[in-house]
Amino acid sequence: MRVKRSVGKKVTFIVGLILAFAYIFPFFLVFVNSLKLKPEVLANPLALPSHITWDNFSQALTKMNFFRSLTNSIIITVLSVSMLIIFSSMLAYYLARTKNKLSKYIFLILVTSMIVPFQALMIPFMARFAQFVSWNNRGALIFFYIGFGTALSTFLYHGFISNIPTEIDEAASIDGASDMVAFWRIIFPMMRPITATVAIINALWIWNDFLLPRLVLTNETQTLPLSTYLFYGQYTVEYGQVMAGLVLAVIPIVIFYLILQKQFISGISQGAVK
Amino acid sequence: MASARATKRFMKLAFTPMAIFTVVLVVPFATGFYYTFTDWDGFESTKLVGFDNYIKSFKDPTFWSTLRFTTLFVVVSLVIVNLVAFGLALIVTSSLRSKNILRTFFFVPNLIGGVVLGVIWQFIFNSAIVALANKYNWEIFKQSWLQDTNKAFWALIIVTVWQSSGYMMIIYITGLISIEQDVLEASQIDGASPLRTLLTIKIPLMAQAFTIALFLTLRGGFMAYDVNVALTGGGPFRTTELISLHIFQDAFANGNFGTGQSKAVVMFFIVALAALVQVSISKRYEVQR
Repeated sequence: MRVKRSVGKKVTFIVGLILAFAYIFPFFLVFVNSLKLKPEVLANPLALPSHITWDNFSQALTKMNFFRSLTNSIIITVLSVSMLIIFSSMLAYYLARTKNKLSKYIFLILVTSMIVPFQALMIPFMARFAQFVSWNNRGALIFFYIGFGTALSTFLYHGFISNIPTEIDEAASIDGASDMVAFWRIIFPMMRPITATVAIINALWIWNDFLLPRLVLTNETQTLPLSTYLFYGQYTVEYGQVMAGLVLAVIPIVIFYLILQKQFISGISQGAVK
Repeated sequence: MASARATKRFMKLAFTPMAIFTVVLVVPFATGFYYTFTDWDGFESTKLVGFDNYIKSFKDPTFWSTLRFTTLFVVVSLVIVNLVAFGLALIVTSSLRSKNILRTFFFVPNLIGGVVLGVIWQFIFNSAIVALANKYNWEIFKQSWLQDTNKAFWALIIVTVWQSSGYMMIIYITGLISIEQDVLEASQIDGASPLRTLLTIKIPLMAQAFTIALFLTLRGGFMAYDVNVALTGGGPFRTTELISLHIFQDAFANGNFGTGQSKAVVMFFIVALAALVQVSISKRYEVQR
């Protein structure tokens, strides 16, 4: 019995190892080739570089306007996520604590809206908002993200607030706190775990989103996925540089993940089960 | 008095997000639906045209081939993503000491957007594999997979599985660890084999995880756009266009706003119906605890 189990364990380990290798290999390939000159990439993409060149990186940094795109991505993600947290937590508090027809309908509409694919709106959407977009496209994009993210975020907060006893609100209100004060001083700090979930789920979505920024943003306000895509399209044959560009595009989010790994995993499992 | 207070509460807590939600989501959805019955050209509409846009959409043979291609993609990716993800979850919840590091690796592709992943794999399929195939004489890889419709389909599936299995794995892990330890111990004492425990105890008890993961992969499959654009771009000859990309091309590249939007409405109904059917079937298998 024990022998059998340890054999099973070894098999699991080996399968796991092979799979992990397969999952990581594409990144390894990209990294290795980012350090090579073009002929060497074509001669043997699998080989380690015979002599390391960082020139590809400096080329990619300027050609894809890396720091400008990175700044745009950070600004758009941080502002959208913070506003989503503020607005959807308040909305969820309202929905969870107000039992009337209006709040019931709002909740129903929010839940139903989650099934609508963005593609079903994007055409009238772009026609309707063309002017707003041309006036301030980053601002418009953030506004759109708040609109599209509200349903899921509110839903997540709603589940959490429903488990907070109403006695806490009542105590606060007896002590003379207004709704706003009670919410921000007492309820909101209690919701830290779900706030982390909402932040991570939305940040991953907004950071990586491509279709909406492609429709809305211009050259100067490109986000990282957009500039990576355009850079690749323009310099496809400059293999080394393109690979360096991809490494640059991947690095920020991977670092972020390695730092906050626990929060990522628990955030996603929380978000899915609710 | 009470209702005045309720109104004030609504204005303070709920008004702003609901206003933004309505402007961004509800209004475009409603007007988009209305436009499909008019001669809308992206700027203005002058008259109602009934079902003309829908009739035109369904007469378009490329729309049918896109629908077929998308359905096939959704079904195949749904099955493979979930099988792989469940397998990964089993590996990562076993008693291996290296399970945390394995989990980290499996999840990494998920952090990165579909466009960047698509571009990485385009390099692999178009350049890396072809270069190796010519060197070592591998016949099936000598021509890039992305230049052949059937092989490009499998390329799309490979990248999608690689990208989303890590996310679904997390959902299955959550399901697996939510099973009470005493139930598992009881089955072990009764002499159930690991396979038997998996099939008759673990899977039924975590059916909810399957409902969620299947729903997410179904929806994700229908909405897939990024990987499609970056990996195949719909080529060769628009034969690998999934529905999202097809709608995008119809409206923004060819300027057919009327049919583009009708196709988008059709897509909405397909997604809603498929999700509804899937969730109601999956729910039936969930065990009440």
